[in-house]
Amino acid sequence: MARADQALDRMLALDALAARPGDAGYRNPMAHLLVTLAFIVAVISFDRYTVAALMPLALFPMALAAQARVPAALLVRTVGLALPFAVMVGLFNPLLDRNPMLQLAGLQLSGGWVSLASIVLRVALTVSATLVLVAGTGLPALCSALARLGVPQVLTVQLLLLYRYLFVLAGEAARMDTARRLRAGWQPRLALSTYASLLGQLLLRSVERAQRLHQAMRVRGYTGQWPTAPRRWQLADTVFVLGWLAFFGLARAVSLPLAVGQALVGLSP
Amino acid sequence: MHMADALLSPATGLVMWAAAGTALAVASRVVKARADDALVPLMGMLGAFVFAAQMINFSIPGTGSSGHLGGGLLLAMLMGPHAALVVISSVLTVQALFFADGGLLALGANIFNIGVLPCLVAYPLVYRPLAGVAPSRRRLTLAAGLAAMLALQLGAMGVVLQTVMSGISGLSLEGFAWLMLPIHAAIGVVEGAATVAIVLFVQRHRPELLHGAAPEGVAPRLRPALLAAGLATLALGGVGSWFASADPDGLEWSVQRAGVNAVAATTPAGLHDTLAAVQKRTALLPDYGLPDDAVSTSPAGDAPSTPAQASQPQAWPAVNAGTSLAGVVGGVTTLGLVLAVGLLLRRRRQPASARP
Repeated sequence: MARADQALDRMLALDALAARPGDAGYRNPMAHLLVTLAFIVAVISFDRYTVAALMPLALFPMALAAQARVPAALLVRTVGLALPFAVMVGLFNPLLDRNPMLQLAGLQLSGGWVSLASIVLRVALTVSATLVLVAGTGLPALCSALARLGVPQVLTVQLLLLYRYLFVLAGEAARMDTARRLRAGWQPRLALSTYASLLGQLLLRSVERAQRLHQAMRVRGYTGQWPTAPRRWQLADTVFVLGWLAFFGLARAVSLPLAVGQALVGLSP
Repeated sequence: MHMADALLSPATGLVMWAAAGTALAVASRVVKARADDALVPLMGMLGAFVFAAQMINFSIPGTGSSGHLGGGLLLAMLMGPHAALVVISSVLTVQALFFADGGLLALGANIFNIGVLPCLVAYPLVYRPLAGVAPSRRRLTLAAGLAAMLALQLGAMGVVLQTVMSGISGLSLEGFAWLMLPIHAAIGVVEGAATVAIVLFVQRHRPELLHGAAPEGVAPRLRPALLAAGLATLALGGVGSWFASADPDGLEWSVQRAGVNAVAATTPAGLHDTLAAVQKRTALLPDYGLPDDAVSTSPAGDAPSTPAQASQPQAWPAVNAGTSLAGVVGGVTTLGLVLAVGLLLRRRRQPASARP
């Protein structure tokens, strides 16, 4: 059950990152959420052949990862997780789009390769920004930000409860599978019939657990309302949001790397 | 088959968000109107169950591969389609945030493909009519299996349409559809089998759980479901036709001002113009050997091509090495700078992290 264990470890690591004592509130989660959304829109709004002009945008996840102290290894591993599907789709670009586009020291690159590079870069940027968002704020804080942005409580409470019981049920699933594996001996593969009763049992247990949880909530005075602790919006948050938006706008309007490159190779624009 | 941010254009991403958001708003209103406070913990727990279930794979007989549960349809059978949509959306959100499955902007597309299509299309239109009120085992198998397969097929088609509309990948509609649909037909059989196996287990041991979705009644529930699905289809169609007409234009525009300067224009006239413009730009360069439009079709050992020779509008290799070089050098330099800034910030934060 390597996969369930790994997935659980990743969640716990991220949760621990977000819940560091004294550092949890380094920024208003709503500000961070809004800027991250703007960042993703900025990244994907470039056309498909853009590579160099995307580079300055890497400053955003880099700076915030440093601030939230997200380990670089975690970022790299997560980007690695996200790459396969995008690359599988993007790999067709070099086959389909053979128009030459870039030339370096006798080597010619087709538009397809350039757009593939662009896709890889997009994955790295969007995935790392998302990871930094969740590592820097944590899901409970994000949920209260979502609630303040007008997302129905049905959804935010669902996210909170899902998040809370994810660790419990994923741990239970992992233990059940380990137990099965230990007893399976020379036949470690999971047949569909065994799978059905394994997951069926887990499902029935989940339903019973939900009933107990409901009773416990009722006993503690649950009325259908969910208290949230909204963080105050401060001037620093406005500065943070406007500053990054201005940076994205600048990076979107002028290709900074091309200017730098032209200055370096001596091409005057 | 989660859609990724990197393959989406902003317009497609936002339209899919609008469609998924509408469906979600309807669903949360219906769930709220049920005013069943036992539903809240049940939804949370079953969401966690789907998450945990997706971590376990069963092996497919006769092949080396494995499959897992999709979840949307199973949840709809247990809790009704609207609660199921809310639950699946929350699962997708956590996957996007923690596991880089999809992305924040792609979340709308993913909720649509993996949530709305099974819960609000396959469940009311395929499962309910086929299964009827108190289905036998065979009928349940047929209905759940068919609905699960169809839902997955629709979802794969959604991924294809969204990718092609975004135009980040160069794949054509037919090409990508031929790639995705057969694979997902096979995956659909596997997912259908997993769903059926678990549903039959539940029917045998706790049959009342499967009636949890029934008391709502079919007719009043169908209307908002169909409404949301119809809206989304309209949105998809609208975007599709808009892109079909806007795409060549956008491409031409993109070619003209791509960050890594693309000088490949689509028409000979455009080619000529662009070449001339590039020529004017590079003419200011005094002694740099490379940028003189070294058309790469000439082998390395050839006599150095003169600028005049190179500026002939030749067939395809209309690439300017000077701007290419500037783009690459600039890109690498910027990346280096950004990395340096990041490291510096990290270094500065280090003492702070050492303190308790």
